[in-house]
Order: sequence, then structure tokens, then C-alpha cells
Amino acid sequence: MRVNLTVNGRPQQADDVWEGESLLYVLRERLGLPGSKNACEQGECGSCTVRLDGVPVCSCLVAAGQAEGREVVTVEGLADLAGRRAEGGELAPVQQAFIDAGAVQCGFCTPGLLVAADEMLERNPNPSDEDIREALSGNLCRCTGYEKIMDAVRLAAARQQEAV
Amino acid sequence: MTPMPADKAPTTISQGSQTKGGIGESTLRPDGTLKVTGEFAYSSDMWHEDMLWGQILRSTVAHAEIVSIDTGEALATPGVHAVMTYDDLPTAVRHYGLEIRDTPVLAHGKVRHHGEPVAIVAADHPETARRAAAKIRVEYRELPVITDEASATAPGAVLVHENREDHHARHVPHPNIVHRQPIVRGDAAAAARRADVIVTGDYTFGMQDQAFLGPESGLAVPEEDGGVHLYIATQWLHSDLRQIAPVLGLPEHKVRMTLSGVGGAFGGREDLSMQIHACLLALRTGRPVKIVYNRFESFFGHVHRHPATLHYEHGATRDGRVTHVKCRIVLDGGAYASASPAVVGNASSLSVGPYAIDDVDIEALALYTNNPPCGAMRGFGAVQACFAYEAQMDKLAKELGMDPVEFRQLNAMEQGTLMPTGQRVDSPAPVAELLRRVKAMPMPPERQWESSEGADVRQLPGGLSNTTHGEDVVRGVGYAVGIKNVGFSEGFDDYSTARVRMEVVGGEPVATVHTAMAEVGQGGVTVHAQIARTELGVAQVTIRPADTQVGSAGSTSASRQTYVTGGAVRNACELVRERVLETGRRRFGAYHPAWATAELRLEGGKVVTDGGEVLADLVDVLEGEAVEVEQEWRHRPTEPFDRRTGQGNGHVQYSFAAHRAVVEVDTALGLVKVVELACAQDVGKALNPLSVIGQIQGGTVQGLGMAVMEEIVVDPATAKVRNPSFTDYLIPTILDTPTIPVDVLELADDHAPYGLRGVGEAPTLSSTPAVLAAIRDATGLELNRTPVRPEHLTGTV
Repeated sequence: MRVNLTVNGRPQQADDVWEGESLLYVLRERLGLPGSKNACEQGECGSCTVRLDGVPVCSCLVAAGQAEGREVVTVEGLADLAGRRAEGGELAPVQQAFIDAGAVQCGFCTPGLLVAADEMLERNPNPSDEDIREALSGNLCRCTGYEKIMDAVRLAAARQQEAV
Repeated sequence: MTPMPADKAPTTISQGSQTKGGIGESTLRPDGTLKVTGEFAYSSDMWHEDMLWGQILRSTVAHAEIVSIDTGEALATPGVHAVMTYDDLPTAVRHYGLEIRDTPVLAHGKVRHHGEPVAIVAADHPETARRAAAKIRVEYRELPVITDEASATAPGAVLVHENREDHHARHVPHPNIVHRQPIVRGDAAAAARRADVIVTGDYTFGMQDQAFLGPESGLAVPEEDGGVHLYIATQWLHSDLRQIAPVLGLPEHKVRMTLSGVGGAFGGREDLSMQIHACLLALRTGRPVKIVYNRFESFFGHVHRHPATLHYEHGATRDGRVTHVKCRIVLDGGAYASASPAVVGNASSLSVGPYAIDDVDIEALALYTNNPPCGAMRGFGAVQACFAYEAQMDKLAKELGMDPVEFRQLNAMEQGTLMPTGQRVDSPAPVAELLRRVKAMPMPPERQWESSEGADVRQLPGGLSNTTHGEDVVRGVGYAVGIKNVGFSEGFDDYSTARVRMEVVGGEPVATVHTAMAEVGQGGVTVHAQIARTELGVAQVTIRPADTQVGSAGSTSASRQTYVTGGAVRNACELVRERVLETGRRRFGAYHPAWATAELRLEGGKVVTDGGEVLADLVDVLEGEAVEVEQEWRHRPTEPFDRRTGQGNGHVQYSFAAHRAVVEVDTALGLVKVVELACAQDVGKALNPLSVIGQIQGGTVQGLGMAVMEEIVVDPATAKVRNPSFTDYLIPTILDTPTIPVDVLELADDHAPYGLRGVGEAPTLSSTPAVLAAIRDATGLELNRTPVRPEHLTGTV
């Protein structure tokens, strides 16, 4: 089948899609956007988190056909998205904060965490620690022990507050 | 960072401390931007024109003879390009293994564990490959399963491996024992008679999974010369290469290996997974072949941490001195040897912990069973022992009526202490100090979950399940400390290689560092650039991708890479610097006497004297010439342990961490919330403090997982894995994880580059027993197994 969708603001078309393919597979293998990750393909780890019409979802659990006509934002589109919110430059604030705080080790969880954290900060610009933990509880990280991820999200929030 | 006492400052640093971005600074990862934008290419992201997808068919039973394999229907499936079984392997070399080549590339006549590879398929779509693999008909005749020590050594027990010829075969008491290492020092029996108090315990340690997030994956591309280029996520390129090439029947230079992005490792990528399978299919089809495991397959696709049963006896005098330790550690190695022999060496030599105990009687062994193969995981044999000896230390303290921390401090080893192996610990061993520091950290507030709006359930056991608002919740505090070796041990030639080049690019001196070190997330690439800046005084450092075009770096394991490949990079930089200075002397020596007389260094892109006087710009010295050195580097050699007594200087360096855990337990439901997990660790010298703390916190949380949630459950009747998914095998989420305050101590080891001490593993050891001790403190229960599950806390088991 053919799937038409908007990814990171650009209309995209994927051909010869087998009905069983996930949105994650189409992004990674057919649209050249491997930033969304394939850590479990079971909806447990959050590494494939993208926004579907603004809502964070595990793209491994979304059938490609379900994305027909919808808007998807992946990690590759975060900087542009931040730009549309008049934030940041080359990188979205949350991306820069992950680098600065040492929240990236192997980095495999990073894209999903970034999409989830960015969405939370959009809703809740001044989150408590417990708010951050709750919002990111669907994203597994095996390297960092999450402390630097907490630091990064706090840093991104603080920088956003300063910028306002 | 905690200020270090001046008299303990490393004495080995003499060069270039003025260059920005050098060692000791928290410089940021060079791959950070790529990793946050999604552009960093992990092994599962590889893509090639005309690429096929590989799929592995795995055994559905744990132990069986293969009666027949019928690939006909699979081969006839449209889109399928190749199906291969054992009979299709191209050469007589059909097994691989880290130390013992006992693992079949594809099963031959027999499968020995659930999930063993039996056949491989290449097809034009991953789903086509999966469906074709499912059409391969394998007829099994099931055999009895060996699942524990009793079944492995019972009279007439089926042998997991018949006709063993490996170098451990002759000294083990039974063919179902991979390796056994006794250690005897002093006279434990006589010492036991001096003891006023003796405590014994039997402990059980579950099977932990590395659960790295990036699944096993890679892309094999056939090359025009008949060779193959493999883009792969691994911990040691050259070890892979040595195992892959003979199976393919290719000389090593025709198997080119490039490290792709590695999504974590933790020991789980020491063994081969899909490497040979992808290469075989690529060479068979003449097309690039990509294999990517899903999570289900990943649980079968790599070795796990050895589950263990441990028996300990400790004695002490009334005044709190440990008299002796007797222990027996039985590790389940599963169906293939993997790293079991080395894990046995660690478990035995580190079995009494960081304590000064002169009379010991120790035995550790690993079994061959039909359980999943076990091998390397962060902490490598030291983790299981630490869980048991720290439980014993608490038991002894309780029996003596002593404070558990003071009791540990009283028996703590220090520099100069002899290990059970007779090896003298010849660098700082601040065990008592780490305990003091971790105990001195401020405690988290009581009832921290209370707020003006009532209980914040997110901070309570059970969390958002909303199972308590504080009723039945009891707090406990526990301490533990551990000892881990750094580097490969027992006489292994544990070298690394670095190639460093210095040249002028765009009017600026630039250093290029090329090693085969596997960057798996630990930050080795960051540290290499820092070392080059410090040693060569340049701002710009390029880190070349790791591949087999340069000599071996050894494994990214055993907390060794900053020490060994870091040491190799420093050494190569020093050689480059000497040659640059020689060139400088030749060109400019006549103009300034300091060229001949002064101690010179490279700093800020210039040649400067000790006193800081600038002699020349590096740009002028190099003048279009490139200086390049490739050199192997070795740390002090180690020795094998004596087979009967276990004596020998077997380890390179020791590493120490201590934890304090604060937990809250809902005693009605058996739910645990870890409130805080504080750590103090000696790192010798923090080359990159930010990365060091990241390692300590990450290791700490893997230990937390082992304490309260992580376990691969294997059915004892069938040896089949029951929970191969992240739905059923739980690793800590950000909600399960507490704050982790870290106190870093830097006492230089004069034998190591910059005085550094390997960091990555020690925090994984003491974290688990600290959490267990805290749960015991809260509940009063004995808790002799880990992980602890709710039923262990509510008396329903």
C-alpha cells in the first residue's frame, strides 16, 4: 500500500508498504529517518517515541496505515519544532541541555527521551522533579541511571524560563 | 568533586595542563550533537542499496538431538535468497568462542539451550525472512535437561559437551564443570577455632540481563576481492575478527570491520551474536545483508550474568576482627563456556571482599548446563560474591552487636593488604574512608512524600498505583562496599594500540587519534581527545572511527579502556611529541639555548619551556610535515592463579565503591521504593568528572535493578526462558530510580596513566547488597536471594 503523511513539516510518501509495517519501520527503513530507535519494538522502552498529531506515541505500536494523512514529528524535527516556537537555534533547547548535562551516554534512548521531554516542557514549562519522572517514565535508559537526564530537563526548563 | 588531599595528588602529570579541554575537565562528548539529532548511525541504522534482511531460526527446546531439518518450503518462499544450516558452512571451522571454541555457528546434531541458532535466512523484507524461517521444519528428539549442580554432577548425568579438549578439561572434577578455582591462604580451620562468633549463609543470585537498548545488529557487505566488510556494534573488533575469519575461510585482512554506533553493551557484546551469520549470508548471496534482532530475540542472542548459589562461613572474635572466611560459589555458565573461566577467576579471587582476612578457604566453579549461556556482565563475577559477603558482614556485625559500618571499617583492607591470592594491594585502597564518606552524606528527609496536599504517591512504594498513602511504610538504611579488578587478569596479554598523527590543517596544528576502541557509550572518545590535548597542546583533535585498520585496542570491558587504550593514546602522544621536539631542535635549536637545555612541552599550539617561555609555534615546527606513530602499550603483566592454591599476582588494579541505600517498604504489599542511593568511589584521577559521575550513577542503577526487579526466569523443568521481553523482564525506569549523590575520591595509583582507576564496574557491585541491607533493616527479614520480589517480603513464599 501507499502511505501519505507529513513528517517534520514535509509531506512524505511511502510506497510498497506491507500492511504489517509499523510507523517506526516506515520512518527508519523507507523514509531515511533512523533517528527514532528500535530498542524493543514492544511499546515498553519509549526509544521510538514520536509525536503523532502532537501526541507522544510509541511509533513501533502504530501501524503505518494509521499514520495516513497525519503529522509526525521525530527527533530529526525537534530543532525545527523549537524554531517554530521561537526557541533555540541549531538545536532545540532540550537537545542542547542533554549534551551539556551529560545526559547522553550510548544515546540509544536519547531520541525518544528528547521527544517526550520536549513535549512535556511544552505543556508544563516549570515541572517539579516528580512531574519530570512521571512524564519520562515510559522511556527506558540503561546507561545513565537517569540522574543526568533529570539534570538536563531541569536545565532546559530553567533556560526556557530565562528566555521568556 | 571533593577536594583531594594535596599529599595524595597524582605525581605523574607533567605535560600541557594549560591546554583547554585537557584531562580533568568535563569536556562534552564529541558525538553528542549527532546523538541528540538522531544522525548518529547505530548498527541497526545501517542501510545499503540492494540490501537483504537476515533472520535466525532458533531452537524451541533447550536440549535435544536434531533428527532432521527441512528447509525446502522456506527456500521456495518468494523473496527468499538463501537458507543455510550447519551443512552449508564453508569451512571445517564451525565453532567460535571467546576462550573455548565450543559454540556452534549453527547447531550441529544437537541443541544445548533454548534459543540456539539452527538456521539462517536472507530475504528481501524482514517479515519475509521471519515467515520463511518459521517454515523451516526441525524435528527434535528431546534429551534430559541439566539445570543445576545436582543434575550436572549426578551419577550418569548427560554431558553437555562430550569429548572436551579445552585447557580446563583436565583439571575440572566433572566434564559438566567448565572451570574450578580453589584459593587457599593461611589456615581457615585453625582460625575458625579462634572465632567467638561464626555465621553461615546460603545465598542465591538470579540471572541478570545486560538489557542494552541497541539490539544486536549489523550490516555485512560483500567486497570485490571476495572478502566482506562488516559494520557492527561490538565491544572488541579484533576479538570478533579472530573468531569470524576462520569460519568464513577468509584471511583476516579480507574481513574488514568498522564499528557502528553501539547502543550500550555492559558485557553483552563480548561474545559474537549475528556477526558470522550476516557475513555468511552476504557471501552466499553476493548482496549486503542486515540483521537486526528484536527485543525478544535479543534475550536469546547474548549471554547473561551468571546466576549463582553461594555458601559462606565467616568467623569473628568478640572485638570485631574477622578470623576467617570459607566459601563456595557455584556459577551457572549455561550451555557454552563464553567468559565463564575468567568469571570463575574473579569470583574466587574477589570472594571475601575488600577486607583484610588472612585465613581463607575458597572454591568457585562454573557449570555447563542447558540453561541460557552466561558470560560477561558489568562486575563480572565480583557482583555475585559482593551480594553474599556483604550480607555476611551485616550478619556478623549484628551477632557482635556492632555498627555495620564500624565493623566493616575495622576489617577494611588498605594499601599493603594481601588479597586471598597473596597479591599485595600496592596502591591506595581507601575502603574505610569510602564508608566514612558515604555515611557522612546528609540523609534524605523522613516522610519526604508528605506535602501540603497530602501524600505524593509518586514518592511512595507502589507509586501511581496508589497503593498506600504512607500506611505500612517502613524505612530502612543499608551499607555495602565492594572490590573489583580493573583490566584483564591471570596473565592475559592485555594490550592496546593507538595511532596518533599530528599535522597542520588549515593553518592550525591538529592531532588525529585512531584506535580500535569500541565506544559503547562510556565516553572513551571524549577522553582520548582530552589526552591528546593535554599531551600535544593542540585544541583540535580528530577521533577516527574505530576499525580493524589499526591494531587491537582490547575489549571495552573490565573497566579497562581509559586505563589501557587511554594509556596507549598517551604513550603514542608522547612519542609524537618527542619527534615533534626533535624536529624543532633540528630546525630552531640554533636560535635559542633552551631547545637543548630546558624541559619542553607542547601547550596552546606552541613549544614552551618549563618556565612558560614560548620557543616556537607548532605550525612552524611541523611546516607541512605530518608526524605519525602507531604503538602498542601494555600495563604491568599479571600471572595466572595457581590451580590448587589460587595464589598469584593475578590482577592489574583494584577499584572500590561504597553505597548507602535508603529504602521504604510497604510491608503489607511487599513493595519497595528506593528513596536514595548514595555512592562514594575512589577513581584515582577523574579524567572527565562528568563522565565519571555518569558511570557511577549508571552502574548504581543496574545494581538497584538487580536488587528489586531484574531476573531472567528459566523454567527448571524445561530450561526454557519465560520472560524474554521488556514487559516481563523489568529494568528500572526513571520512577524506580532515586537521587544518587556521588562523592568522588581521587587517590592516585602511581602505576596507572595519570593515576587513574577504572570506574565503570565497582558501583554495580555494592549497590545491590546496600539495597538488600536496607530492606532487611526495614523489615527484619533475612532475605538471602536477589532480586527481592514482593512475595519474599510478605511471607507468601
